[in-house]
This record gives sequence, structure tokens and C-alpha cells, in this order.
Amino acid sequence: MTELERPDVGLEAGQTLAPRSAEAITTEERTQLQMIVKRFLRHKVAVASLVMFVLIVLFAFAGPLVWKYDHTINRQIPSDQPPSWDHPFGTTRAGQDVMGQVMRGTQQTLKVGFLVALLATGIGATWGAIAGFYRGRVDAIMMRIVDVIIVIPILVVVLVLAGFTRGTTWFSVALIIGLFGWTSTARVVRGMVLSLREQEFVEASRAMGAGDGRIIFRHLLPNTAGVIIVDATLVIASAILVEAALSFLGFGIQIPDTSLGLLIQNAQTAVFTRPWLFYIPGFFVILIVLTINFIGDGLRDALDPRQQMVRR
Amino acid sequence: MLVYVLRRLVVTIPVLIAATFFTFVLVDVSGDPLQELRFAVPPVPEETIQARAEQLYLDRPTIERYWLWLTGVGNTRGDIGILQGKWGPSTQGAMDIGQEISERFIITLRLVGAATLFALGLAVVTGVISAVKQYSITDNVLTFFGFLGLAMPTFWLAALIKEAGIWANQNLGTNFATIGATSPLYYRMEGWEAFMDVVLHLVLPTLTLMLTGYAAISRYQRASMLEVLNSDYIRLARAKGLRNRVVMRRHALRTALIPVVTLAALTVSAALTGAVITETVFRWRGLGTFLTQSIAEYDAFAVMAFLVISGVLVVGANLVADLLYGVLDPRIRYD
Repeated sequence: MTELERPDVGLEAGQTLAPRSAEAITTEERTQLQMIVKRFLRHKVAVASLVMFVLIVLFAFAGPLVWKYDHTINRQIPSDQPPSWDHPFGTTRAGQDVMGQVMRGTQQTLKVGFLVALLATGIGATWGAIAGFYRGRVDAIMMRIVDVIIVIPILVVVLVLAGFTRGTTWFSVALIIGLFGWTSTARVVRGMVLSLREQEFVEASRAMGAGDGRIIFRHLLPNTAGVIIVDATLVIASAILVEAALSFLGFGIQIPDTSLGLLIQNAQTAVFTRPWLFYIPGFFVILIVLTINFIGDGLRDALDPRQQMVRR
Repeated sequence: MLVYVLRRLVVTIPVLIAATFFTFVLVDVSGDPLQELRFAVPPVPEETIQARAEQLYLDRPTIERYWLWLTGVGNTRGDIGILQGKWGPSTQGAMDIGQEISERFIITLRLVGAATLFALGLAVVTGVISAVKQYSITDNVLTFFGFLGLAMPTFWLAALIKEAGIWANQNLGTNFATIGATSPLYYRMEGWEAFMDVVLHLVLPTLTLMLTGYAAISRYQRASMLEVLNSDYIRLARAKGLRNRVVMRRHALRTALIPVVTLAALTVSAALTGAVITETVFRWRGLGTFLTQSIAEYDAFAVMAFLVISGVLVVGANLVADLLYGVLDPRIRYD
């Protein structure tokens, strides 16, 4: 009888053997986050979009600190100039530097987008998780309320409320859009929670004495994080479009402040005569929404655990 | 199936009532329609203001006004009560809300109907092509345009298309109309001439709504078609030796259309929202401009009228979508 070779013979407690060369290649340890980052980096368009988006954020928030003109009327600025070195985006008839305006407008637009995303995903995820967790009558009532909000076109609510708070700032606009824009998030999260709540880990945590609140917020919601993050990008994108539409209809951010929607509204008739007034703010809206959508697309792939490491 | 339809309608009634009540309170607290009278220079006599308030039922509490608006039961002059088919008095001069709405409804319906139809058609075609030729250049180009459509602000595109229409009219000799839903002389036209007038006014606004609306559905159509194409029964159908066309049409597309039908209902409500903006840009006298105008005038009953019309349209579209499921998916039965 030959003795079986035991590789751990003679090792001190706690000491481990170095993996053999073959194992070392195949079992590289990665944390969850590393895998997500790696999968995201594989989505080239999403990475390019992320870079672009960071540049836009810098342009909007750091730009005004550096650039010599702001969005207000300045007597030194010549009227109606096409883009030049002094005014890269041209000037308006009243004597505003369009680059300064676009910086300010982008800043307000982004602030609205982020606050709405925070509010809408916060409310929507909590609402959907509670409805999905308790089911039955609670679910029925909560989802009927969602139905009610869906029946009312969001523009109606927002227009009426914006009329109510005339002299609107970015904050009130964001508040209004956020308080009524969470219904789709609620529906998605509810759907996920309905199936998650039946799984063993919920039963396990209940057996260990966890209360409803703990189960919902510590166990169920983190499991929907991937979907919520992707959903948040869609919410930001649509919030920016709604904000722009509101400003365009005259119910959004008001002069003397500015937003991208307002800039386009003022330039509506200038498409041929002073094209820079119309195309540049519009281009920025499209660029912001486009990059956010692509980032969301990349995140969806990266956060999906069923995704393979290899991208076809 | 009739029972199913009826049951669905019964469920939607409380939703519609809650939605109208909520909006009513919102509009009610949003501002005072008599503000202009109160602060007019020279001052308007108190009796006039009082009479106007009584005429608009503003002398009653909000809850009672809503009850009156809904049922018309109570101490009224018989001009209010939606369930009796009366829309209530308007703050906008002597405007008759019912008449105004019915005129504008046809106009907006033309736009929303045409836009939804074309958007769906375009979405299904591009979505299927994208899925069948996955990761090809065609797919990438279509995907890019889809994302572009999603990112495009409706009013920006509308203004762009309007200006492009004007340019085409001046340089290419086309004849697109860029202002209004019909020509000023439309009421004198008949037959073919009237029809062409409507069509020429429809082209540019429909194009706007179609391009902003199709992208989302197209993405879904692509995803749903891909899932179906990778399924076992499609492989089986091919293994049986069926022709590609038959596999695509009868086996794949029919199943892949099911999730898209849900979105079609959402498209109607999105198109209604988009119509508010498109009508503003193209200066249509439709429901959209009716809404913005009514909000600006604190005209609660008029806003409610819009809400009722759009609510019924959205609920109706959802119902049609649900019934279409049954046509597409034989496993679904309504009983």
C-alpha cells in the first residue's frame, strides 16, 4: 500500500499552500465590484459616454469659474455675433455670451436631472418594495394609486403645479417632476420583490428574527440595486427632457436664470438667421441624454450577473 | 370577453375619478381665476366680482365644486355635471368648453392617431431588421438612430422640422404647411381639396411625433425578437425545413409582438403629451394648446375636460392592447 499524498501534511495551522501553476491561472479572484467594472469597461460606447458625460459636468460646474462671461446681459458683449475666438458659441441680440448661457443652462438642467433621479428612485423603490412585500390589499391599494398617477399625463400635473409656483427655480421644477415621476420605478421594483420575497434567504432572515423593515431595506432592496441604478439613468434622461419641455412652454425655470430648454425657446425662430443660438443648446440636451442612455446601457450589461465575461 | 371588458371598465372608473379629483384640487389651489378682476385698474365693482364668482361656482368649497362638476346634482344653473354631459363654465370669457373640446378633439386625434400608427409601423420594421441582422452595420446604424430619437427633445425636433419644411417650400417647391391644422379657407373646401389640405398640414407634425416616439418601441421590438429567435421552437421550426419567411412571420414575429403591444398603449399617452408641444410649435388649435391656455387662465373645468378626454383615450388604448394580447397569444383567454 502506498501512502496517499497529502499536500497539507506538515503545514502549520492557518498556513496555506501556494496554488499550483495551473490553478493559479484559472482561479483569479475578483470581487463583485471588479467584475462589474471589468464588464462595464468592455462596453466601449458606454465608456466613451462616461468620459463625455464627466466632461459635460465639468464644463457646467467648473466652467463658470474659469470662463470670463456668465449668462447675464453684459454691455461689453457685442450683439448677434456668430461664433468666434472671443465668443466660441456666439452672442445673443441682447448681448449675452452663449457659452456662458449654455454653461449655466447645462448646470441647471443637470441639477434637475440628479435631484429628480434621487427623489424618483427613492420614492419609487420604497413604494414598490413595500407593495410587493406585503401583497394582498396593501399592494392593491398602492398600485391603484400608481395607476391614478399614470392616468394623469405628467405634463398636466407638472404644468399645473409649475403654474402654482410661478417664478420657478430649478429646485421647485425638480421637486415637481420627482414627486410624480417615480411610478415606473415602483412598478419595476414591485415586480422584482414579488419574486425575491419567495426565496430562501428571506425565509432565513425571518427565522433569525428579522422584522419586516429589516427584510425590505436590508435584504430585498439591495437585491434590486442593479435594476434601480439602470432605471435611475432612464429617469435622469427623461427628467431632463421634461424640464426642457417645461421651460419651452414657459412653465419651467424663469428668466433671469436660464436652462437649455429656455435657450432653445428663445432661439426658435433663429434657426436660419442665427443658427448658433438654436443648435448649440439643442446639441447639449441631446448629448447629455444620449450619454446617460448609453451609460445606462453599459451598466445594465455590467450589473447583470447572467452576463458572461466575454462580450460577443 | 364582453364580461372581461366590462370588468376592466368597472375597475378603471375609480381610478379615473381619483385622477380627476386629484387634478381638480391641484388646479383649484394653483391660483385664483378672478385675480385679474380683483386687481384691475380702474377697480371693478365688488358686485361684478361676486357675480362672476357665483357664475364659476367659486363661492363654494372645493369638495362641493368637484361634486357639482362630477354629477351636477345640487343647486346649479344646469350648466355643470360631467355625468350629464355638461362640462361646466369656463373662466375664459364666454367659451363653451364642450363645443371647443369637440372641435379640437378631431384635430388632435388626427395627429395622435397618425403619429402612433406610423411610429408603431416604423418601430416594428426597424426592430425586426435590427434583431435579424444582430451586430451588423445595419443594426448598429438603426440602434444609433434609435438612441438619437430617444435623446431628442420634442420641441427642438419640431422647430427643426418646421424650419426644414419652410426651407423645402422655398427651395424645392414643396407645399408643406407649417402653421395651423388646416388652412384659413378650409371651411370652404370640399372632397379631395379638403383632404389634401389636412394631409399637407399633418406631414411635419406627424413626422416630429413619429421620430420621437418610435425609438423606445423599436428597442423593445429588437430585444423581444432576439429572445424569440434564440428560442428552441424557432430552431425546431427551422429543423422541420420550413421556409425562412414562414418561420419569421408566423412563428417569430407573432410572438415577439406581444410585449410591444403593451408599449403601444403607452405610445398613445406619450403622443398626447408630445402633441401639447408639437401643437404649440406648429400653432395648431388642438387639445394640447387648449390645455396650456387653460392652465394659464386657471380654468379648472377646462383642464378637467382635457383630463377626461385624455384619460378615456389612454384607458381605451390599454384595453385595446389587452384584447390584442388574446389575438396574438392563443394561451391567453378572457373569461
